[in-house]
Amino acid sequence: MTTAVAAPAAAPPAAEAKVRHAWTQHGLLFVVPFLAVYLAFLVWPVVLGVRMSLSSVNIAGTNDRFVGFGNYAEAFGDPRMWRSLWNTLVFTALSTVPLVLLGLALALLVHHLRFVQWLWRLSFFGPFLLPSAVVSLLWLQMIYPPGYGLINGTFGLDVLWLGDPSVAMWSVVLTTVWWTVGFNFLLYLAALQSIPHHLYEAAALDGAGAWARLRSITLPMLGRTTALIVVLQLLASLKVFDQIYLMTGGGPQDSTRPIIEYAYDVGFTGYRIGYASAVSYILFAIIVVVSLAQLRLFRKRAEDS
Amino acid sequence: MTKRFRPGQLALLLVALVLAAVWLAPIAWAVATSLKPETETTKLPLEWFGSELTLDAYRLVLGTGDIVTWAINSTVTAVLVTFLTVLLSAMAAYGFARTHFRGRRALLALILAGIMVPPQVLMAPLFAEMVALGLVDTWWAIVLPQVAAPLILYVLFKFFQDVPPELEQAAFVDGAGRWRVFFTIVLPLSRPVLAAVSIFTFITTWNNFLWPFLVSTDPNTMTLPVGLANVVQGTFGLRYAQIMASVVLAGLPLLVVFVLFQRQIVRGVAHTGLAGQ
Repeated sequence: MTTAVAAPAAAPPAAEAKVRHAWTQHGLLFVVPFLAVYLAFLVWPVVLGVRMSLSSVNIAGTNDRFVGFGNYAEAFGDPRMWRSLWNTLVFTALSTVPLVLLGLALALLVHHLRFVQWLWRLSFFGPFLLPSAVVSLLWLQMIYPPGYGLINGTFGLDVLWLGDPSVAMWSVVLTTVWWTVGFNFLLYLAALQSIPHHLYEAAALDGAGAWARLRSITLPMLGRTTALIVVLQLLASLKVFDQIYLMTGGGPQDSTRPIIEYAYDVGFTGYRIGYASAVSYILFAIIVVVSLAQLRLFRKRAEDS
Repeated sequence: MTKRFRPGQLALLLVALVLAAVWLAPIAWAVATSLKPETETTKLPLEWFGSELTLDAYRLVLGTGDIVTWAINSTVTAVLVTFLTVLLSAMAAYGFARTHFRGRRALLALILAGIMVPPQVLMAPLFAEMVALGLVDTWWAIVLPQVAAPLILYVLFKFFQDVPPELEQAAFVDGAGRWRVFFTIVLPLSRPVLAAVSIFTFITTWNNFLWPFLVSTDPNTMTLPVGLANVVQGTFGLRYAQIMASVVLAGLPLLVVFVLFQRQIVRGVAHTGLAGQ
């Protein structure tokens, strides 16, 4: 660069170092705007939530007495809290398995097809882009209703998909799988595309069949992706709220009410926002444990790439 | 790489076609229902097409104007969140990745710890905060809590770390300051990753339900998902064609976004790998 020579940088090295030093000190200014929003709307609410969970405050902000761990003690003795926590864990277990396995199966299928990739992506990933309210309305009003609903109507069934306590959770899981499997599908698809091709060529030379290649190359190479997807899926499922709230409202007979909905119910319709904070923070504790695993995976992935 | 066509491929293709049909069926059913005359939406046995194709349901839904208001609210809030999130995260990520200042490591650790905080468990304190600030039923109540995104910062931080220092050095030597280097060299260079995180943020915000639902009680400040949720709970004399027309209208924008930005969306998902459900 010829201009560089004529520029102020032609100054002695010490001066240049000084200028450089000034620049690096300015770094804090880049961080401050983010930090302000972060402190105001993330760190502060976390602190405020702890304080609220130790108080009897209601949604109007009144009756704000310190009750120590009273809310937590009450929550641990509250059968509806346990029921909603149990429902959340059941939903997480039931949804994670098909969402991971089906995501993998769809990705393997699409990866091996050379035709109309956009069609597969649109079909399997498209639903993930729909707002939860759209998905819930659609399934609640047109897919699940007895009689004219698409499933019962097409197959001549008479299942109370959302009205039967022993079926409702499965229905919620089914909708969730349809709606969100595309996310895992895309992550797997990206991972499959990054497996070096020469591995397969070498294996083919050794006479490995399709099944052997899948078992000894593809699946092991997807190990880290699978770990990441499982953790992300656990985190997403533990936070389930929208589709359940909108499709069943937690019913029938509390059979689908997840813990976030219980916190919402006691806080925003039952007005006990201090107690709601305590319930939320019980879930928070579970999520932090899963997140720590995720953070480690994320770091590893970043280091590898 | 050329692939020979084999019978195995044909079988895979058939399986994929069947699965794609199953996956598209609910959406197709919504579209089909929205195009039927209202009286035929619950007819048995099921028929995919009514006696005529009609846009009446769309006309009625758009005529009330609510869905238009909600779409405007969704667009404004999602654009604001996306713009602020990406700008603030990119600036901060650059500060962390390419400059040195006292307390840098500690601050970065504090921010990365925020990845573990799910917004859903903060609904009570955040709501109390919004009440205290007097922001309930405003766009800002919807926007502000969604802006601080430590995950986006992390993705950009990783990217900026890999920008070759020579590119910056040349500009410094030419007398450019940090800010100019950031805006004229680093940001343009990062366009693909910025596009990916922007689209990802936009989709997440557009689809967010719980938070906007908590802070908007006035139909005039509701976003599309919240407005539609009101439809779920408010319609007893059910008009299925109109409900499905609303569903199609609310779902369409993102499917269009997907078709237009497929590559960036795929990259965004692969990069950020984290989303709320």
